[in-house]
Amino acid sequence: MDALEIARWQFGITTVYHFMMVPLTIGLGLVVAVIQTLWYRTGKEEYLRMTKFWGKLFLINFIMGVATGIVQEFQFGMAWSEYSRFVGDVFGAPLALEALLAFFVESTFLGLWIFGWKQLKRGVHLACLWIAVVGSFLSAYFIIVANSWMQHPVGVQMVNGRPVMTDAWAVFTNNTALVAVPHTLFGALAVAGGFLLGIAWYHLWRRRHDGIDTVDADGRAVAGGANIPGRDKVDYKVWIRSLRIGAVVAMISFAGTAVTGDLQGKLMFQQQPMKMAAAEAACHDGTGFSVLSVGNLGSKNCNDIVAVIEVPGLLSFLAKGDFTTEVKGVNSLLDEYKAKYGTHVPNDPIYGDRAGQQIQYVPVMEVTYWGFRMMIGFGGLAAFAALLALWVTRKGVVPQSRWIMRLAVFGILAPFGANAAGWIFTEMGRQPFVVAPNPDASGIDQVFMFTAAAVSPGVSAGEIITSLVVLGSIYAVLLVVEVRLLVKYTRGGVVSAMPELAQAHESKKRDDDGTPGAPGEPGGTDDVLAFAY
Amino acid sequence: MELLPTIWFIAIAVLWTGYLFLEGFDLGVGMLMKLFARNNTDRRVLLNTIGPVWDGNEVWLLTAGGATFAAFPRWYASLFSTLYLPLLLVLVALIFRAVAFEYRGKVDTERWRTVWDWAIALGSFVASFGVGAALALTTTGLPINANGDRQGGPFSWFNGYAVLGGLAVAAFALVHSLAFLALKTDGEVRHRARRWFVRLVPFALLPFLAWMVAVQLLSGKPWTWLLVVLGIVAAGAAWVLARQGSEGKAFGALGAFLVCGTASIFGAAFPVVIPSAVDPAFDLTVSNASSSAYTLGLMSVVAAIGLPLVIAYQAWTYWVFRRRVSAAHIPAAHGFLPAIAAKVLVDKGAPGAAGGASAGSGE
Ligand code: HDD
Ligand code: HEM
Ligand code: HEM
Repeated sequence: MDALEIARWQFGITTVYHFMMVPLTIGLGLVVAVIQTLWYRTGKEEYLRMTKFWGKLFLINFIMGVATGIVQEFQFGMAWSEYSRFVGDVFGAPLALEALLAFFVESTFLGLWIFGWKQLKRGVHLACLWIAVVGSFLSAYFIIVANSWMQHPVGVQMVNGRPVMTDAWAVFTNNTALVAVPHTLFGALAVAGGFLLGIAWYHLWRRRHDGIDTVDADGRAVAGGANIPGRDKVDYKVWIRSLRIGAVVAMISFAGTAVTGDLQGKLMFQQQPMKMAAAEAACHDGTGFSVLSVGNLGSKNCNDIVAVIEVPGLLSFLAKGDFTTEVKGVNSLLDEYKAKYGTHVPNDPIYGDRAGQQIQYVPVMEVTYWGFRMMIGFGGLAAFAALLALWVTRKGVVPQSRWIMRLAVFGILAPFGANAAGWIFTEMGRQPFVVAPNPDASGIDQVFMFTAAAVSPGVSAGEIITSLVVLGSIYAVLLVVEVRLLVKYTRGGVVSAMPELAQAHESKKRDDDGTPGAPGEPGGTDDVLAFAY
Repeated sequence: MELLPTIWFIAIAVLWTGYLFLEGFDLGVGMLMKLFARNNTDRRVLLNTIGPVWDGNEVWLLTAGGATFAAFPRWYASLFSTLYLPLLLVLVALIFRAVAFEYRGKVDTERWRTVWDWAIALGSFVASFGVGAALALTTTGLPINANGDRQGGPFSWFNGYAVLGGLAVAAFALVHSLAFLALKTDGEVRHRARRWFVRLVPFALLPFLAWMVAVQLLSGKPWTWLLVVLGIVAAGAAWVLARQGSEGKAFGALGAFLVCGTASIFGAAFPVVIPSAVDPAFDLTVSNASSSAYTLGLMSVVAAIGLPLVIAYQAWTYWVFRRRVSAAHIPAAHGFLPAIAAKVLVDKGAPGAAGGASAGSGE
């Protein structure tokens, strides 16, 4: 493997990894803010507990998003210096604005929220969380503006062989970004929905299993546990509400991704027709959508792929909104691309070994075809499961089956998979371009860059291998640590986020026994630390 | 000299100064986790002084990097790709440090804490050393060719300036954090921090001073030499003030030293952003490395609104958490009671209790 391929693997791995944490941060952040608002409004104990419990898991995850995000920011300069030089004039701005207008807001106000439970008035404290959540939305917006410019360059002019920004409004209202942002945000909410649903299911199941909750003659839940710290009747409400919220969020967000995804698909047919044809493994022009295609998807000549199940007209509907327009397949697009962008990589030293080779315009079809289907499939599965869960739990009880519980917990992974698949599809479908040419009739269609030209010329393959191995192994270890902590705190239930529940119980017991309460319990006289590391 | 690139050069110098000032003390506090803290309570006092603010401080680094990318793409590309391996090390350090802050208190065992304490201490040291080395090299020279790419192997950038800059920032962070702790803590830690500060300042600022002078010798101007002198005065003042027990003023004087220091360094280097060690003709300068006037203008407008806002709400954060932390405020560590175990403890004999114990004792 040469430096380019290693650098691509590294970017893909670190970014997909970063995007394991990101959607949970965005989605759960919003959910916790809503729940805390409910607490602020109603004062109900269960909402406080939900805020604390989900907030705890949120923070365990958040920090990993921060840690892995720093790598992203540095990576462009380290491994992709030619890319950075080429696009810096237009691509750097959203990145800088993300830091200046979003990351500062997020990190500062989250710090205030974590540590400010007592120092701030209740309303101000809640506002801090909301501001941090808005910050995370802003950060998603800015980074996707940057990414969308690579998918669909707008608002620039070529000057001395480099794109130079001439219209910031066009860059920041790129139609590619305007649909990708809500799509990604709904994708993030889908993650949060599944997370709430799976974990709440586990706890409801656990309460039944432990004999705390029982079922009356009508099959309705009877919550028990009055004298168990942290697992009283309020605890029951915590989980059943979380479950309902999670299920509803999961269903709404799937609908949201479907609507916005449809818009994205229509844009993509115009902007990156090859990507969409590859997503369909559609070799020939046609109107049908393939539900299942077989043949050698990896083969580059496309002719031995056969659509086994095809829905007539659906492809045209996805692309144009009717059932009859012919959509171009890979074979006819290939000729167009060759005519427009050449058949061979230019003989320029910046292309290294690839100079003069034939250009492969068809992205890896196994990835685009299955990536597209996995994104939709996993998302749909999660939404369907959520609907089922709502129905099954309509009387407030979950089935006693351990297997269904395991399935619900396992189902947490589905929306993560959908997100990863979505990005991998989007990014790999763009190949061989790192900046895809804009085919609009706007006169800037010479703005594009082959991925082969983007890697840092001065950096050796050995260095990039080193970083890939180092980052890869650190990420692997940290993933284990994070998941174990999440599991531990999940199992611990609400008391793991609110030890005061157990402590209050303990001291009450001691008072009942006539023994004096322990001195220096938190929440006592001084309030310098509302939260302590 | 064109105006906008010059403004952005100054803006980036300001961002780096902000970074060194703010993250400076939390990097230093990180190192002190192993050097200064004597027991777990001390460590938790240290951590809680920076708990609410360290992430916000780190964003200064991201903004400095992002602004360099946007305003001087060629500077960003050359600096980051040339220093590939050292920056990888910085990234690793920053990753471990960030995770360690959050995870250290999440499991109540000695071994767990020790691992993360080392992650914080080493992570802070390596990050500050690496950032210092990179900054020193961008002001003294890197082996870059006409395209701005590194010539030579992965370590061809290495020289004495790298070590000097690394030491400069690490040692500055160390004393800066002592001044910070004297200001932010109470009780024994506060007094010990002040004693350490008084003892260390005369030595710890020497590498930084040496870096300042080195850059002056390469490309100094009268006004930047003057800043060096002012810096020395400020350092002396910090020492005297700390001895007198004026903790706030000492902290301020040390801050003034930093500002004089970075201003003298960036001022002397201007208008070159990376001197080429291969051939001065390949130097990257504010004019040949910068973005278009349009982009810089846009960024200027946004920064003119955004940066004061950032400073305002960060200042507010420091105000909200202004009270001194001491050992007395540290609550007992809670080996929290897992709900499932709690059920078994309280409700012995209830149906299902046995099953709960077996399935719930995972951790
Ligand atoms: C700001 C720009 C940007 C953004 C927001 C993203 N990407 Fe991207 N992506 C790139 C900029 C980029 C790139 C620099 O252009 C890469 C590196 C090499 C390449 O081919 O494109 C790339 C490649 C790349 C690859 C490897 C493609 C290949 O090797 O063929 C994957 C799997 C992803 N990205 C996935 C993601 C994910 C999961 C993202 C969500 C966080 C993401 N990208 C956001
Ligand atoms: C490849 C492009 C990306 C880069 C360069 C990047 C950069 C970063 C950086 C530097 C951080 C850490 C911020 C901190 O320390 O506080 C971060 C975290 C984060 N990023 Fe990414 N990111 C990328 C992709 C994405 C995408 C596509 C999204 C959203 C859709 C996203 C959303 C977030 C969020 C929500 C966080 C949470 C933590 C935080 O902001 O502090 N990022 N990213
Ligand atoms: C019917 C459902 C869906 C449709 C029609 C759809 C459509 C699309 C399309 C066309 C793209 C590519 C955009 C481009 O390359 O320019 C995309 C990307 C993406 N999808 Fe979906 N999608 C659906 C469901 C989902 C679900 C359920 C999730 C996650 C839970 C998801 C997450 C993503 C992500 C993260 C990306 C990459 C970022 C982006 O370009 O927005 N999608 N989707």
